[in-house]
Amino acid sequence: MAYTETVDAHDHHDHPPAGIWRWLSTTNHKDIGTLYLVFSGIMFFVGGAMAMVIRLELFKPGMQFVDPAFFNSMTTVHGLAMIFGAVMPAWVGLANWMIPLQVGAPDMALPRMNNFSFWLLPFAFTLLLIGFFVPGGAPAGGWTLYPPLVLQGGDSFPMAIFAIHLMGASSIMGAINVIVTIMNMRAPGITLLRMPLFVWTWLITAYLLILVMPVLAGSVTMLLTDHFFGTSFFSASGGGDPVMFQHIFWFFGHPEVYILILPAFGIVSEVIPTFSRKPLFGYEAMVYATASIAFLSFIVWAHHMFTVGMPLAGELFFMLSTMLIAIPTGVKVFNWTATMWRGSLSFEPPMLFALAFLFLFTIGGFSGLMLAIAPADFQYQDTYFVVAHFHYVLVPGAIFSIMAGVYYWLPKWTGHLYSMALGKWHFWLSAIFVNVLFFPQHFLGLAGMPRRIPDYATQFADWNMVSSLGGFGFGLSQLLFPILIWKCVRGGEKAPAQVWEGAHGLEWEVPSPAPYHTWQDPPSEAQIAHGAEH
Amino acid sequence: MNAGEELRRANRSLTAKLLLCVAGSALFGFALVPLYRVLCEITGIGDQQTLRSAVQVREVAQQGTDMTRTVTVEFMTSLPTVGNWQFRPAQETMAVHPGKLYEAHFIARNLTGHDTVAQAIPNIAPSQAASWFHKTECFCFSPQSFKKGEERVLPVRFFVDRALPGNLDRLTLSYTFYDLSTHVAAR
Ligand code: HEM
Ligand SMILES: [Cu+2]
Repeated sequence: MAYTETVDAHDHHDHPPAGIWRWLSTTNHKDIGTLYLVFSGIMFFVGGAMAMVIRLELFKPGMQFVDPAFFNSMTTVHGLAMIFGAVMPAWVGLANWMIPLQVGAPDMALPRMNNFSFWLLPFAFTLLLIGFFVPGGAPAGGWTLYPPLVLQGGDSFPMAIFAIHLMGASSIMGAINVIVTIMNMRAPGITLLRMPLFVWTWLITAYLLILVMPVLAGSVTMLLTDHFFGTSFFSASGGGDPVMFQHIFWFFGHPEVYILILPAFGIVSEVIPTFSRKPLFGYEAMVYATASIAFLSFIVWAHHMFTVGMPLAGELFFMLSTMLIAIPTGVKVFNWTATMWRGSLSFEPPMLFALAFLFLFTIGGFSGLMLAIAPADFQYQDTYFVVAHFHYVLVPGAIFSIMAGVYYWLPKWTGHLYSMALGKWHFWLSAIFVNVLFFPQHFLGLAGMPRRIPDYATQFADWNMVSSLGGFGFGLSQLLFPILIWKCVRGGEKAPAQVWEGAHGLEWEVPSPAPYHTWQDPPSEAQIAHGAEH
Repeated sequence: MNAGEELRRANRSLTAKLLLCVAGSALFGFALVPLYRVLCEITGIGDQQTLRSAVQVREVAQQGTDMTRTVTVEFMTSLPTVGNWQFRPAQETMAVHPGKLYEAHFIARNLTGHDTVAQAIPNIAPSQAASWFHKTECFCFSPQSFKKGEERVLPVRFFVDRALPGNLDRLTLSYTFYDLSTHVAAR
């Protein structure tokens, strides 16, 4: 490959400081990307361990292992850890690693802020997790933090609020960094409409982040002042209204779910063309569909609140606007499918995860459409059907596409090819068990099993047992992932610059492993032309 | 000025603009509070102002009773987790004719072990009915003092507006009883 950078001109940079100081002080986008990804992996297993406790308790009806308050802490902190600790940092980590490589920039635009925004996260999650050891136990009112319940938490309540502030600050800084990098640091010749879709979807995600994270910060601050300083934003006794919290929270919350999924759309839009050996069908349509999904995500929030007693006009508005989202989403699914049409497909692990994403995310979209039917949602609200819905869009949706991304770029990061066989085992076990785990939850929800309960009526026993078995299987299969990554870091067959024959993009124009500094000199015309064939 | 300097300046100015956006959205988050109140007032949905203010008795007389229509009013009570009270409706439901004045009763008993003051906060379901449910007198209009262990019957006089939309034939009036010694005074 025509990677033209002269090594000796920069070779004093090529040796980062040794030891822990390197990681504490680094401003290198690849180091910070790695830190984010490792952190995300740790939180994935911490949150996963909590999920195992949940499924263990729900294996049989009756109270078996944990007391109800602890169970509630498990569901609450599992949700917070997975959303803010596993999925969001994974996206920021991938952005750090890949966006500069993909737009031909030498680093992120604001490297010092980049370091800071990462190092806030370990503090935030320490604060959240030591909640388990303070009087009253960890937060147990649900990740949605509804008052008045959340205000009755113990000493961990203010700690959780500060933790959320820190996570919010971290992701806002991450988002600003992404936007500035993309807008100002693109190599000459990389116009907006020549950017890879992962970059595009992240740009839109970053705007969503800076528009809604401050709203979340505001709403949790109001909770804090209601609890400690006698304000009554959400307290009816002082003239406030708890329903208002739900409006403010979901004004953040619905865009947030798209923050979790838009970068996934980007990854899948790069992986499927690579392993179909065809350009992406409808590149521009993908960009516009992403932008319209992001726009629509601001006007649908009350579909989480159909049962609070909205007027008919409100129910109709939020029902119809929610259903509108299915149109751009459908465009995407169509385009991915059309990309594969008559392609010469091969099924390496990234492609397998992307294909599972395509099928299973679509199932989650369908259950979302069912939930969007306001009169039907009166039945489904707060049941396991909702749990099944959001786990389908988040686990085989967001998480599988993160895995697709890691499997896609891992050889670029480590310089080694990984064991395809182990990757396929990881895929098939995950893909089978994730369905055993979550599909029965649709039945449970339709039959009326409420969410967030440690015990249940005996008619729900069978499917809960199936779901728990799927859960244990899924949890255990995930152990293969760090094993595979560790082995790939340590050694393996040497990876070429162009790891996958069908791949396009500037990241494949640099050697594997990507040197500590890349694109000190912008990519040449030829490299851009070769890379940008979408 | 070299290219690096120029880039740094461009980065700084874009960062500043984005930080402004962040500040703007933070402000917007707080602005949702008054916005929400205004929306509730305009649409009359669950409007606390209407629910907590009295209308004049003569308005009832002006309306006249619609004997052809019957609306069921259900009564409910709830207590927050703080405080220690007994609080229940004296009657579970009433069948009422729009435009006619009725009186319902609630029974409250102070179990807190000391003299105290409590405030009832009304709510009506479905919330869009708030604009058509009028009270001429209500124990919820002002804080109520209770001696230690005292039990009292608390009256509310109300009527349903004749203009109540035809699709509503069942309303729920509920009160939550807040002990003011455990919470900041009501506004
Ligand atoms: C076609 C697209 C979608 C539609 C129509 C849709 C619709 C809905 C509706 C109506 C609810 C509320 C259900 C209830 O509480 O009764 C809901 C909940 C939820 N959705 Fe979706 N959704 C869609 C896509 C997504 C995506 C892409 C994600 C995230 C990646 C997502 C994540 C969630 C989450 C986390 C909840 C539950 C929040 C909670 O109560 O804890 N949804 N969805
Ligand atoms: Cu939503």
